[in-house]
Amino acid sequence: MELSAFLDQAFAARMAILKGLGTTVAISALAICLGTVLGVGVGLSLTYGARPLRWLARGYTDFIRGTPVLVLVFASYYVLATVGLDLPPFQAGVLALTVFCSSHVGEIVRGALQAIPTGQTEAAKAIGLTFGQTFAYVLAPQAMRQILPAWVNTAAEMVKASTLLSIIGVGELLLRVQELISRTFLSLDFYFFAGVLYFAVNYAIERFGRYVERRAALPT
Amino acid sequence: MSNSLLEIENLHKSFGAVEVLKGVDCRMRSGEVISVIGSSGSGKTTMLRCINMLEDFQGGAIRIDGEEIGYETVDGARKRKKESEIARQRALTGMAFQQFNLFPHMSAIDNVMLGLVKVKRMSRDAARAVAERWLDRVGLRDRAGHYPGQLSGGQQQRVAIARAIAMNPKLMLFDEVTSALDPELVSEVLQVIKALAADGMSMLIVTHEMRFAYEVSTRVIFMNQGRIGEEGDPREMFNRPRTERLAEFLKSSPFTK
Amino acid sequence: MGYTLNFAAVWRSFDLLLEGLALSLGLAFAGILIGCVIGLVVALSLTAKSRLWRRPARLYVTIIRNTPILVLILFAYFALPELGVALSKTNSFVLTLAIYSGAYLAEVFRAGLLAVPTGLSEAGLAIGLRESQIRNAIVLPLMLRNVLPSLGSTFISLFKDTSLAAAIAIPELTFEARKINVETFRVIETWIVTSLLYVATCAILAALIRYAERRLAIPR
Repeated sequence: MELSAFLDQAFAARMAILKGLGTTVAISALAICLGTVLGVGVGLSLTYGARPLRWLARGYTDFIRGTPVLVLVFASYYVLATVGLDLPPFQAGVLALTVFCSSHVGEIVRGALQAIPTGQTEAAKAIGLTFGQTFAYVLAPQAMRQILPAWVNTAAEMVKASTLLSIIGVGELLLRVQELISRTFLSLDFYFFAGVLYFAVNYAIERFGRYVERRAALPT
Repeated sequence: MSNSLLEIENLHKSFGAVEVLKGVDCRMRSGEVISVIGSSGSGKTTMLRCINMLEDFQGGAIRIDGEEIGYETVDGARKRKKESEIARQRALTGMAFQQFNLFPHMSAIDNVMLGLVKVKRMSRDAARAVAERWLDRVGLRDRAGHYPGQLSGGQQQRVAIARAIAMNPKLMLFDEVTSALDPELVSEVLQVIKALAADGMSMLIVTHEMRFAYEVSTRVIFMNQGRIGEEGDPREMFNRPRTERLAEFLKSSPFTK
Repeated sequence: MGYTLNFAAVWRSFDLLLEGLALSLGLAFAGILIGCVIGLVVALSLTAKSRLWRRPARLYVTIIRNTPILVLILFAYFALPELGVALSKTNSFVLTLAIYSGAYLAEVFRAGLLAVPTGLSEAGLAIGLRESQIRNAIVLPLMLRNVLPSLGSTFISLFKDTSLAAAIAIPELTFEARKINVETFRVIETWIVTSLLYVATCAILAALIRYAERRLAIPR
């Protein structure tokens, strides 16, 4: 039966699949971490920055969010070489995903900070807290409650976006699966297999997100 | 006794494990205006909602003009009637809600016309004429084209009453129709109800407005913990309550203290 | 660095880019149309009283939302033929868009349905309307006004996702851009122009949606 053929091939290729999975994790993790750091900066600029900085951040965010991820990936892959930054596909792809992630995180951070009633800042001022203290003890903790679920959602989006790097030849999971298919012709089995793997990873992230949301909720 | 408009016989209703109506009996003749009073949780709203099958009931029977509402006995077993049958029966009564529940995306006149066109299958012109007459009756002829969002609470409730009465029901059910209104808007609604009562409309009114109940009712029913605690003439009930519970309840209202 | 900007090459092929853009919009539109039908059916199933409807609907939504769209696209085009369903590139892509957006729209529509107060259905029952009449005359019109903003942003997202059609060589905007890039080596110009086309289109779509919201708004 077909299933045994598939299992044989899958087992035989287990190293390639695992390497692909590892690359996917690496791409996602790098994009999420770097993108979050950059994104927080963008978010803070959007919320507290002086006018020119805010406009810069706004232009950046609107431009990136209006562009499809694949276009960002292609742009990163092709353009950087011409400006002297000869990055291999992996780095170029991660750069594109980082930029994409940062625009989302920036919006999330901005939204969460602006959702805090101004009364909170006023009360903090009234007690005599500096802005730094206000941000650290009053604003950031409250913002985190709104940021966390949205951020987990963005992380899942990054894992899904890592598949796009297969188009520029990065050896992540989807590319490895496609290579297997070209050798074994078992399209149905292996695309289904890839789907299941990605689903498992993202579903785990979704469950983690719900757990985090529950833990972060204020007691009622 | 089929000269009764409404017969409620041993009505039992539970929400899950909690029994809310514990055997309610009531007979109502055409033209009567009955106010139903009682504290929250006494079951008065639930009883009203059973009459037009917005709530199922597990025991007893309800009859309107002799017709069994909601359930029938088939081969000795009690079965819920078909949805289309229940829908037809619901049109025998009209209901006005505490939250008005006007359809926000339709103008006042369209709200009133909807049932006439879809349920009574009138032509749009005939429906419009009926709707205009009833909006006029509740004093809102000039607001026919307005949307609910553009009307005050009292105006919305009057449109809601027009919507219910335009369907020409045998019995009008009012479920605390002034409880959600600002105090100064309450009287315009009560005036409309009084006028309809004077015209002979049969009404069952769940209300907290004691003075209104006193002035408009032919009979008052006091509900207490899922049963009828006391019933009778409003003057008798309010001035000479026979039961402790009713006396206690009446103390809580400035009118009846 | 030695790279001088020269937009002429891109302008010469601008009509190809516009044709690609038109195709992108067409794909997105076809996808969202079918997706709306799917989404509405699934949303009604999600809010149904019987588990027989709710369970499969929830399963569908969870699976699709956790699977990368590229995997779905490749599966639809390459793997389905093995099951006997051989669709053209365009048809398989539109089908994928429909099934993908249907899962997200189901959640959008479900939220919209739940936002319609139950009192309105009761008022409909009280005047003797049947369930189907209540749904068509009262619930759905109100739900439509509730969901318009989210429906709009889902459409804009889907429009950006049409860029992935390039992965199976459908000649939409991103595919044309890549072709021009490879043929003319005008890397920076190509991707700037392509990005701007996407960003501008998204901005126009967003403005159209806001206009539609204003037109459908209930007078207050």
